[in-house]
Amino acid sequence: MAGFLLRRLVNYVVLALVATFLAFTLASATFDPIGVLQQRNPPPPAASIEAKKRDLHLDQPIPQRFVTWMSGVVQGDFGRTVADRPITDELGRRIGVSLRLFLLGITFGILFGVLLGVVSAIRQYKFSDYFATLFSFILLSMPVLVLGPLLKMGAQGINDAIGSNVLIFVGETTPGFQGNWFEQLGDRIQHLILPTLAIALGQIAFYSRYQRSSMLDVLGSDFLRTAQAKGLTRRKALFKHGLRTALIPMATLFAFGFGLLVVGGTFTEKIFTWYGMGDWLVVGIGSQDANITATVTLFVAVCVLFSGWLADVLYAALDPRIRVN
Amino acid sequence: MTVILNEGDAAGTTGAASGSPVDAAPDPEKAMTRGRLVFIRFMRNKLALVGLVVIIGMYLMAFVGPLLSKWSYDTQDYSAFLEPPYSEHIFGTDKIGTDMFALTMRGLQKSLIIGLLVALISTSIAAVVGAAAGYFLGVADKTLMWVVDLLLVLPSFLIIAILSPWFRGKSWFLLVVMLAAFQWMITARIVRGMTLTLKEREFVKAAKFMGQPARKIIAKHIVPNMASLLIIDATINVGSAVLAETGLSFFGFGVQSPDVSLGTLIGLNAESATTFPWLFLFPAGFLVVFVLAVNWVGDGLRDALDPTSTRVRRKEKKDTKEKAA
Repeated sequence: MAGFLLRRLVNYVVLALVATFLAFTLASATFDPIGVLQQRNPPPPAASIEAKKRDLHLDQPIPQRFVTWMSGVVQGDFGRTVADRPITDELGRRIGVSLRLFLLGITFGILFGVLLGVVSAIRQYKFSDYFATLFSFILLSMPVLVLGPLLKMGAQGINDAIGSNVLIFVGETTPGFQGNWFEQLGDRIQHLILPTLAIALGQIAFYSRYQRSSMLDVLGSDFLRTAQAKGLTRRKALFKHGLRTALIPMATLFAFGFGLLVVGGTFTEKIFTWYGMGDWLVVGIGSQDANITATVTLFVAVCVLFSGWLADVLYAALDPRIRVN
Repeated sequence: MTVILNEGDAAGTTGAASGSPVDAAPDPEKAMTRGRLVFIRFMRNKLALVGLVVIIGMYLMAFVGPLLSKWSYDTQDYSAFLEPPYSEHIFGTDKIGTDMFALTMRGLQKSLIIGLLVALISTSIAAVVGAAAGYFLGVADKTLMWVVDLLLVLPSFLIIAILSPWFRGKSWFLLVVMLAAFQWMITARIVRGMTLTLKEREFVKAAKFMGQPARKIIAKHIVPNMASLLIIDATINVGSAVLAETGLSFFGFGVQSPDVSLGTLIGLNAESATTFPWLFLFPAGFLVVFVLAVNWVGDGLRDALDPTSTRVRRKEKKDTKEKAA
C-alpha cells in the first residue's frame, strides 16, 4: 500500500509542476506589465523602463524565466511583484486566510453533505428527502457570486432585527480591534460565519446528491439484509456496513470537490473582502503580474493534488481490496 | 393514456438495449416509435416540463422583451436615479438612470447565446475527440486522459482568467471559443468509455470488415449510438457554460463592456445588494432560475432517453408503494 501511495504522490508532484509551468508560460505570454507602465502619465523615462524590463527578466525567453523563478521557489523565494515587493512576505498571511476558509468549508461540506445524503436515502420519498432534494437542486444552480450577496442581505436583515452587528460581512477581522484572545476569537468567528456558509452550502448540496445515490445503491444490496438477518440492529447495520461501503465511491469525489471549492473561494474572498489567495489572483491578473499568478496557481495545484492524495489514502483506508494489492 | 404510460414503464424496465426497436411494445392502434416513447416519458416528468417552458420563455423574453419595453439599455431616464421597481420601470433603475429591465434583458441575451454556442461547440468537440480516442486508442487516447487530469488540477476558470488580458477589447465570440475549448474534456472522457464498449458490438465490427473507413464508422455508427448521452450532455453544458461565463464576467475576465452579460451585471451590483437590492436581485434571479430549469430538463431528458439509469429508483418506488398498500 505504501508503494501505491508513493506512486500516486510522485504522479501528483509532476502534475503540479506541469500545471504551474503552463500557468507561468501563459501568463508571461499574455501579460504586458511594461505596457501598463508606459501608459502612465507622465510617461516614465526610457532608462527606468529598461531597468524594469531587466528586473522582471523580460529580456529572457519564457522557459528560462520559469527556471529562474522555479529555482527561487525551491529555496523559498517566490520572486518579486511588478511593484517590486517580495511575494514571499505576503504569501504566508494570504495562505492562512484562504486555508482557514477552505478547511472549514470542506469540513462542514463533507460532514453535513454526507449526513444529509444518508438521511435522505434512508428516508427516501419522505418529506425530508424531497426537501433535501429541492434544497440541493437550488443551491447547485446558485453560484457563490449569487449566494454570497444573498447571505449578506440575509445577515443585514438579521442584524437589523436583533439591533446589533452580530454577523459581520466585511473583512476577516475588525481593524484595530482590541481585547483579550477570547474576544479576538469571538470577533474572528463573527467574521467567519458568512463566508464559511457561502462555501459550505454549495459543498453540502454537491456531496449530498452523490451520497444519496451511493447510499441508495447500498441499501438495496444483499449484504445489508444479511447483516440485519444475523441480528444486527438496523442502525448498526446501516452505519457499520452500509455507510462505510457507500463512502468508497465518494472518496474519489473529494479531489474533484476541492477544485470547485478553490474557484468558489475566489468569489467568496472578493464578496466578503478577504485578502486571501483568490483575491491575489484577481490582483495579479489586474496588474499583469506573472509571478503572483504562477504562485497562486502553484498553491491551487498543491491544494487540489494534496486533497487528491488524501482521497487515495481514504480510499485505501475504506476499501480493504486496495490495501491487500 | 394509462395504457401508454404502462408501456413506457415496461419499456423502461426491460429496455436495457436502448435504441433498439424492441424497446417499444407494438401498439395495435398506433405504432410506438422511439421518438414518441421518449416524448411521452419526458412529458410525464412535471419538473422537466416546467423547466422546458421556463427555458423557452427566457429565450423568448430575452429577444422579444426589449422590443416591448419603451426603455432601451443605452438611454437614460434623467428623472429616475436608483429608483426601486415601480410602474414606469418594472425592475427599477440604476444610478445613472438606465432601466434595469432593459439592461437585464440585454445581459440575459448575451449569457443565453454564449451558453447555447458553448454547449453546441464543446459537445461536438467532445463527441469527435472522445470517439476518436476510444476508437484508435494509442497516443491520442493517452493525451486526452492526461489533459483531463491536468484540467482537474488547473481549473479552466484560472486559465481563461490568465488569458483574459489577451482577448480584452476583442469580440465576445473569442470568449465563446475559450469556454468551449475548456469544457469538452470531461464529456470526451465519458464518450471515450462508451466508444470502448460500442467498438466491440457486432454492427461496428460488421462495418469494419465490410471495409468502411474509420472516420465513416465513427460518424455513422458510433456517434449516432451515443445520441442520448450527447443530447443530455449538451443540455447540462448550457447551464455550466452560463455559470462559467458569469463567473468570469463577475471579475471582468469574461464579457467586456460595451457588451453586458448577467455576470457583469451581478459583478457590478453585488456590492449594492444590501442597499439597492433590485440592482442585484433581478440579474441574479434570472441566472439561478435559468440554470435550475436547465438542470431539470437535463434530468428529465436522462430519465426519458436512458431509463435504465433510473431503474433502481423506479423499482424501489414501486416497492414502497406496495408496502404502503
